[in-house]
Amino acid sequence: MSHTTIVDKKHCVDVSIAANEVAEMDKFEIVTREDFSDVTFLIEFHHPQMARAAHPGQFVIVIACEHNERIPLTIADFNRERGTVTLVIQTVGKTTREMQQICQVGTKLFGVVGPMGIPSEISKARKVICVGGGLGVAPIFPQARGFKENGAYVIGVVGFRSKDLVFWHDKFKDVCDEFIICTDDGSMGIKGLVTDGIKIAIDKHSDIDEVVVIGPPIMMKFAAEATRTHKIKTIVSLNPIMVDGTGMCGGCRVIVGGEQKFACVDGPDFDGHKVNFDDLMNRLGRFLDEEKLSVQKWSEHCRQEKLKD
Amino acid sequence: MAKKTIRTIPQLRTPISVQDAEERIGNFDEVALGYTESEALNECERCLLCPEPACVKACPVAIEIPGFIKEISNGNFREAYDILSNANFLPAICGRVCPQEDQCEGVCPVGDTLEPVAIGRLERWLGDLAIKEKWAANPYKEPSEFKIGIIGSGPAGMACAADMAKTGCDVTVFEALHLPGGVLRYGIPEFRLPNRVIDSELANLIKLGVKIECNTLVGRLFTIEQMREEMGFDAVFIGTGAGSPTFMGIPGETLNGVLSANELLTRCNLMGAGDFPYHDTPLGLGKNVSVIGSGNTAMDALRVAKRLGADNVYCVYRRTEAECPARIEELEHAQEEGIEFHWLTAPVEILSDGEGNVGAMRCIRMELGEPDDSGRRRPNPIAESEYEFKTDMVVYAIGTNPNPIIGQTSKIKLNKWGYIETDETLATSIAGVYAGGDIVTGAATVILAMGAGRKAANNMKAYLGVRDNSFVYAQQPEDMNDMLFGIEIEEKNFVRARLA
Repeated sequence: MSHTTIVDKKHCVDVSIAANEVAEMDKFEIVTREDFSDVTFLIEFHHPQMARAAHPGQFVIVIACEHNERIPLTIADFNRERGTVTLVIQTVGKTTREMQQICQVGTKLFGVVGPMGIPSEISKARKVICVGGGLGVAPIFPQARGFKENGAYVIGVVGFRSKDLVFWHDKFKDVCDEFIICTDDGSMGIKGLVTDGIKIAIDKHSDIDEVVVIGPPIMMKFAAEATRTHKIKTIVSLNPIMVDGTGMCGGCRVIVGGEQKFACVDGPDFDGHKVNFDDLMNRLGRFLDEEKLSVQKWSEHCRQEKLKD
Repeated sequence: MAKKTIRTIPQLRTPISVQDAEERIGNFDEVALGYTESEALNECERCLLCPEPACVKACPVAIEIPGFIKEISNGNFREAYDILSNANFLPAICGRVCPQEDQCEGVCPVGDTLEPVAIGRLERWLGDLAIKEKWAANPYKEPSEFKIGIIGSGPAGMACAADMAKTGCDVTVFEALHLPGGVLRYGIPEFRLPNRVIDSELANLIKLGVKIECNTLVGRLFTIEQMREEMGFDAVFIGTGAGSPTFMGIPGETLNGVLSANELLTRCNLMGAGDFPYHDTPLGLGKNVSVIGSGNTAMDALRVAKRLGADNVYCVYRRTEAECPARIEELEHAQEEGIEFHWLTAPVEILSDGEGNVGAMRCIRMELGEPDDSGRRRPNPIAESEYEFKTDMVVYAIGTNPNPIIGQTSKIKLNKWGYIETDETLATSIAGVYAGGDIVTGAATVILAMGAGRKAANNMKAYLGVRDNSFVYAQQPEDMNDMLFGIEIEEKNFVRARLA
């Protein structure tokens, strides 16, 4: 049983329906679904109020169905005319796998709250590197666009495992003055990690004002190390474990400059040179055993469903 | 009927049946089972019906306590409920969670010689009866054009919403979580306040015409200024609470297994972590759980951990049992359930198991010194009394800070601790915007928050020029003419309805 339908770009354009139809649609209804790979997919859902309020760097908390976890996801894009918000989701645990199955066009999310967190400051920097890796590729896009709109020279550096996983190549090219793709296997762009891409950019340009990095914590850690010696301002977007996202549970506390901060209300953006990434990575592993158990139960359940079919 | 005196009333407070301690640590069902009708009637006999009742003055929402008790005694349960619900829209909740010993029952004159009248239990009995009989307070509503926005669906917001809806205003409550109820929902566990009770009380609010919008984070989705200037809200009430947890700043606090009581309770009460993996939200419960603090939240966290199957549950508190701020009943229940109390003990450091998780905690013994500003004796550490014990989960229940989001996103005036500044009418620095409950006072109780919500509603009515028609739906004294302005009250309602 596979619910996964690949929606190509042409189809996306067809979905941009007349304004009056949009008004009739319910909040949280999914209007676009695009699968970038077996593990990465995009959903665009209807929520005009949120689309109006959203800014680059903010996140939402999604509950796809009633028994699901509340999971924080950085906003990948928003469209004020269409009244929609876009998320890119990578399947890592049980909840995201279930979302991959059930989040189809025409279905509704059980709940989405946001935009949350302090918006990223799109500074007046003249030359910036926008770095995205894995899941961070999508949310770095509105930042790159924001800097471009502010008149900055934007260098995009994005990393993927291989060519098959690359997405939004064209979107980035539109807003970046220079664009470097890094793949682990060298099947596209340069062979190497985003840190290699950052190094190339820094070697070429001695006047970089700011680096913005969104991606897995290990990547943000090394990206911050790569810029530390050059003393370039480096902003990272943290995505720790959260429950409510409103500053109430304290689950998302991170150590920044030796102080405890709540990523949900004090962040999610912090100075990359001050973040204690080792602590963050330890805390992200907090529920590893439970996650395994949950995925195992879910896989069994799916197998049984398949047998019934 | 002869006048009741302290000698003629039943001498013993009617006991309430509770679930056996051995049994209840294996389930999340309610601990106190509530009075039966005959038990309630017996307890009502103990009320002296004082002509100048002290209990009413001690109640933050001024419930006509002798009034409803008298009606129960007379067998007029519905009338009793109308008196009760006129002042308190959430009787089934307050009967369960109010600290009655510090309020109504604390000043009851019966308590001078005997045990005070069990007002809280009677309130709960009547509230539960109303839920069972599906009674709803259905007051006279005078249509008004005003649109009211309420931020937060906790007790302060709900009380304010109820009062404004009763005046015929168009009331919308905004809640950031996906279910309404605020701290009643995410904070107080099922065995102390069942979700069905919250749902029933919320249903009454909805019957009054209140709209509840969940998944709405005011401040970020839209600001308070936008509500007033663009969205057409004539008045706004902020009841966002003091939900931000405090940590101590001792070493080891970011180890896995250290969490706030808020997180533990939210995972269990709101997200169903007790049913993991059938609900997706995990908890990662330890075998030896330590809870720091001894207020009501600490008691809830301790008892939840016990019920979920922790082998040992320790309460670590730097003062003694005498200073313990929890409700007496909760402390007693926790003790019956096998919670180990470590009084005069303060944590110094949380130690790792070598893999990034909590392995042990180092504590120091305390002794009580001179009274401090709060009037309580100050705990002082005893030199060289540090010791370590094994624990794999540490829960902080040492108080909360104000939620920062409203302050971050509006120009509203805050005090230096981040709470919203109000004048004595609960008006904030923005015209038409009121605030009350924990976001103004700091962490307090459900009933105080409700009291603040009602007070703000009264002042909001004055601000908007809405006629306070509470006298119309209040219980009429028997000798009062049931005609108003030459029209029968019932009739007036009918005429209005036809006009509208």
